[in-house]
Amino acid sequence: MSVFVNKDTKVIVQGITGSTALFHTKQMLEYGTKIVGGVTPGKGGMEVEGVPVFNTVKEAVEQTGATVSVIYVPAPFAADSIVEAVDAELDLAICITEHIPVLDMVKVKRYMEGKKTRLIGPNCPGVITADECKVGIMPGYIHKKGHVGVVSRSGTLTYEAVHQLTQAGIGQTTAVGIGGDPVNGTDFIDVLKAFNEDPETKAVIMIGEIGGTAEEEAAEWVKANMTKPVVGFIGGRTAPPGKRMGHAGAIISGGKGTADEKIRVMNECGIKVAETPSVMGETLIEVLKENGIYEECKTH
Amino acid sequence: MNIHEYQGKEILRNYGVAVPNGKVAFSVEEAVEAAKELGTDVCVVKAQIHAGGRGKAGGVKVAKNLDEVRTYAEEILGKTLVTHQTGPEGKEVKRLLIEEGCDIQKEYYIGFVLDRATSRVVLMASEEGGTEIEEVAEKTPEKIFKEYIDPVLGLMPYQARRIAFNINIPKELVNKAVKFMTGLYTVFVEKDASVAEINPLVVTGDGNVMALDAKINFDSNALYRHKDIMEYRDLEEEDPKEIEASKYDLSYISLDGNIGCMVNGAGLAMSTMDIIKHYGGDPANFLDVGGGATAEKVTEAFKIILSDKNVKGIFVNIFGGIMKCDVIASGVVEAAKQVGLSVPLVVRLEGTNVDLGKKILSESDIDVVPADSMADGAQKIVELVGK
Repeated sequence: MSVFVNKDTKVIVQGITGSTALFHTKQMLEYGTKIVGGVTPGKGGMEVEGVPVFNTVKEAVEQTGATVSVIYVPAPFAADSIVEAVDAELDLAICITEHIPVLDMVKVKRYMEGKKTRLIGPNCPGVITADECKVGIMPGYIHKKGHVGVVSRSGTLTYEAVHQLTQAGIGQTTAVGIGGDPVNGTDFIDVLKAFNEDPETKAVIMIGEIGGTAEEEAAEWVKANMTKPVVGFIGGRTAPPGKRMGHAGAIISGGKGTADEKIRVMNECGIKVAETPSVMGETLIEVLKENGIYEECKTH
Repeated sequence: MNIHEYQGKEILRNYGVAVPNGKVAFSVEEAVEAAKELGTDVCVVKAQIHAGGRGKAGGVKVAKNLDEVRTYAEEILGKTLVTHQTGPEGKEVKRLLIEEGCDIQKEYYIGFVLDRATSRVVLMASEEGGTEIEEVAEKTPEKIFKEYIDPVLGLMPYQARRIAFNINIPKELVNKAVKFMTGLYTVFVEKDASVAEINPLVVTGDGNVMALDAKINFDSNALYRHKDIMEYRDLEEEDPKEIEASKYDLSYISLDGNIGCMVNGAGLAMSTMDIIKHYGGDPANFLDVGGGATAEKVTEAFKIILSDKNVKGIFVNIFGGIMKCDVIASGVVEAAKQVGLSVPLVVRLEGTNVDLGKKILSESDIDVVPADSMADGAQKIVELVGK
């Protein structure tokens, strides 16, 4: 088991003929992901990397039976692509694109209310279920099948955490990047719920950063509902207030959204927070041991 | 992106949102000329810098005649204002807004901003005009009223009315206040603002509702579709290194320390700063080279880091996803050649094409200290810089 994607998931790539999308389509195929089609308007009928290209998402879904789409479309057109994926009633749309205007995302979120599709991202690395299905841009080789779920607002910090786990012999179920934008499709709580219900996942690493209050809300949810241990990390302890730290959502404004406040609430809710990013793995291992589940989580 | 008050008011005026008459002045002569053209008894000389708190710092003066306009313009132009938002080094005033005085009856606060929790734009208002909204939120949260706006419907008249009644706008001026809020919301969505704050909004003796100040910031991700707003950019208000970085789509923020950082990914870049601090060092910058960086971009990033004279060492921390390690490595080698690297360089590479990247670095003739992990790299650079 795993969350969101597995070895049987059929995936289409929106914007497949762009150079970034092509590079990653190849990587995803090599990982074993079932990429069954691509969409680039006007290039229907072509074939790239052995994958058929369609003009519209609807057509791609009808012809291939895909349930998941990954979006690499440039920012000015990305909102349109997300809505097209929702309209085609996919289960999951994963948007990698960064720099989407935030008011575009406000409209997209409104449109998605009551719709079937779950959106992950935008501005995220995607979702990977180790040794089964990689949908996104993460380097596949660092992942190893196991029992730890990872959820994060930051792409490269996710890789950092996964790499540490794998090196320590702790495999993962699924790693989910929810993205660094202030308006996103899936939040920490959605992913934590999925991990809580997944029998294979025994523990979770949750990686946040400055800005907003999503980590605090997730921590409260964990305290009230989570049956599995959660450890955390928050990036940006030393970030100056009022400055946007790369991610559109990573900003301390009006004294709100500081790392210290998030860490305080997480600790209060029983989430052990790693002191530095290089001990995320170690911190999880300590918690696994405390909970007596280290042996069953160890994969070699 | 930030703009000046006078530019914000120009946009509001174009949308029929009430603002006092005024003109921008770049010199004392222009200031006097502007005051003459306004022809009012009283006018206000206002420093134009990208920071709040100007009044308290002596950047806003009320002049009763043209001589006073001249005196105040001479005083304020060229002066360095230090406010709670400028940092201790302050900001030099290079532009003035000369504005007609108005008969203020009462001050209010009106602001539109994105609410992350609901993914909606929220209209916030308070009767406590002139005070910062954060302060009101802290001390008297019950005096802040909010309306969440459905992006399909836009700001509904009843919502604006409810705000107007809640903050006790005089009954006979409620319609004018509604028109004001509706206009401001239109500016917000049509121009992709990220913040539109009117503090204070004033009710005047002659029965007007207008913006006495205007702070409008724009979503930098949407500037590609607003060429008119981009023309308002004032490069003199920005850090030169940050301007240079933005030319190459690099996300760079100057800090006070001496360890230059080059990282991919915002989260990792922030955490790299954190871990340098953790081991007793001090980062000189935040720099995210982004996902689609080329060797050329990496070279430019390197040059920008080294243009900071405080930099005594560089830590490159890359975990390749979109970003390929060989691209970073080639860029680092190229940059080191071009600029003649004179400070210690610690490089940690991991991820896509990592072996190729390490090979490029080890085969080059530049002096690189390799690191096995983020902690290892941070410790090494802190030690090298500390020597």
